[in-house]
Amino acid sequence: MWDYSEKVKELFKNPRNVGEIKNPDAIGDVGSIICGDALKLTLRIDKKTEIIKDAKFKTFGCASAIASSSALTEMIKGKSIEEASQITNKDIAQYLGGLPGEKMHCSIMGMEALEAAIANYRGAGLKKKVVGKEKVICECFSVTDKKIIKAISQNQLKSVEAVTNYTKAGGACGRCKPEIEKILREYWEKEATKRKAGKAKEKKKLTNLERISLIQKTVEREVRPGLQTDGGDIELVDIDRNKVYVKFLGTCLGCPSSGLTLKSFVEAKLKELVDSDIEVYEVRG
Amino acid sequence: MKEVVYLDNNATTKVAPEVFDAMRPFLTEQYGNPSSMHSFGGGVAKHIEQARERVASLVGAEDPSEIVFTGCGTESDNTAVLSTLKSYPDKKHIITTKVEHPAILNLYKHLETKGYQATYLDVDSQGLFNVDQLEAAIRPDTALISVMYANNETGVIFPINEIGRIARSRSIPFHTDAIQAVGKFCFEVGELSVDLLSLSGHKFHGPKGVGALYVKKGTRFFPFMIGGHQEKGRRGGTENVASIVGLGVAAKLAKENRDVETSKVEKLRDKLEDSILKNISGVRVNGHRQRRLPNTSNIGFEHVEGEAILLLLDEKKIAASSGSACTSGSLTPSHVLKTMGVPVSFIQGSVRFSLSRYNTEEEIDYTIKSIPEIMDRLRKISPFA
Repeated sequence: MWDYSEKVKELFKNPRNVGEIKNPDAIGDVGSIICGDALKLTLRIDKKTEIIKDAKFKTFGCASAIASSSALTEMIKGKSIEEASQITNKDIAQYLGGLPGEKMHCSIMGMEALEAAIANYRGAGLKKKVVGKEKVICECFSVTDKKIIKAISQNQLKSVEAVTNYTKAGGACGRCKPEIEKILREYWEKEATKRKAGKAKEKKKLTNLERISLIQKTVEREVRPGLQTDGGDIELVDIDRNKVYVKFLGTCLGCPSSGLTLKSFVEAKLKELVDSDIEVYEVRG
Repeated sequence: MKEVVYLDNNATTKVAPEVFDAMRPFLTEQYGNPSSMHSFGGGVAKHIEQARERVASLVGAEDPSEIVFTGCGTESDNTAVLSTLKSYPDKKHIITTKVEHPAILNLYKHLETKGYQATYLDVDSQGLFNVDQLEAAIRPDTALISVMYANNETGVIFPINEIGRIARSRSIPFHTDAIQAVGKFCFEVGELSVDLLSLSGHKFHGPKGVGALYVKKGTRFFPFMIGGHQEKGRRGGTENVASIVGLGVAAKLAKENRDVETSKVEKLRDKLEDSILKNISGVRVNGHRQRRLPNTSNIGFEHVEGEAILLLLDEKKIAASSGSACTSGSLTPSHVLKTMGVPVSFIQGSVRFSLSRYNTEEEIDYTIKSIPEIMDRLRKISPFA
């Protein structure tokens, strides 16, 4: 039995905006009966203001698919196309008070239907061009690399299992799992280098004053609260270039592992958030 | 009406009140270990033997010693398969069907990673098993044939006697997973060419956590659970006395009530099924309508999804189950219905109703009344209907 939120249950039992708009200004048709879920979204759009005046859906699928569709229509009504296009699957899941992990793909279906409808409104050519560059990774559910990467990036997915929950890729025969793993690895490696590059840039800019202030902030916000949960504490005594002098207080005083705490927690935090050159020394008495 | 209209008896069944009453003393005063020398413990052993006789009698074993108690149906299946393979270490080929329960299917898949080659036989569009394909699949190094007696999803019954005869003529051990069959229709295992047969207590009003394996006299056997001398060294571990006693009483009740109750259950099942077929468009019965368990009806509802049906049934306090992808926790629908080639527009909307002798006509009438409304609601939402 799935642990659905009250909102999912409510929208499943009493879905809003069920139906099909006659002569709609946009249609988004995604999924298929073979995949186990499908959604047809129809929109009425004011051509001048580009505001979505009405939205209706028809969905084949489980409770969370129906609830996600209903949520989507409620979320986009009254919004401009520009605003609506910012909606991600995360927003849909949030609107629903969360979805079970295995059901996240239902929220993605909602987002895709909206994207398809907007592409349809803007002229169908747009979507097709992009498809040419994509590569189908999961043959069973026809999931492309682009869809997988998007799900990883929007939802910060870290495992193959999570990717399956969000996109269904790898959920049937499982043959594509190594490829999903590769995509995940490449994505996160790229992210890590981006972060590093970003940090290096930031650090160069620090003046002495900024640096001292950042060390103070880091000790206040990151280090002390961590120690305080164990009844310990720390006081910043002095800063001399890359050397930081601190004094242990509370239970940290005389704690046999305070040396370890100094290196693996205090210094590690400062290295991570301020500068990798930082060395921390304990001042006693 | 009861709190729930329980139409999911192939998943598990209500513990019969007589079963519970019989179990109670062994969870309270009579807690002795049947292996003990003192009469307080040792006295319990005779209740286990009585249960063994009752189970033997239900399945038609020649001798009670052919019954080994286990912890569940899955353990019985695992014991049967692994014991046989250990008995014939040079043979590396194993045969089963594509529609087995995961207890066999996943075990076979596991064995494929351990140097075994497996053949998975087909069923036809009505879920029936054609024995001709079996002959063709047999190899000189075939160690075991394992075919279920009745399918848990469709209720379709397989020609176990014919399969057994073929197996015997080629001197290949034959195991049948009879977990859905036992207690639901009459058979005498002694008269079938079966070497090993699995059963599970909670599928016929016994408790959960107890099963049994029939091991025909003369069959080579190695224990799965290695330990003490219990079950004559065939299954180590202190006996689950209360559950074994409960299983015995469930077996006794099943045998006593079998004919009368099955016909009653069958009538109710047919009433439910006929009325759904008559009153709702876009429905089909998955599985052969005659060669089938009397309690099971697997119905495909076109263009609607099974989980949604189950949740709306649940709202009306009707409990059933589905072969749809969404309900399984995996993303693929029932392997049984897929093997049968059930059309995709029906497969996701398949619902299994499985009855028991505790269901009443009133409950079935209530279900018959509830279903059309549910279908209306869901088909209004569906883009395909």
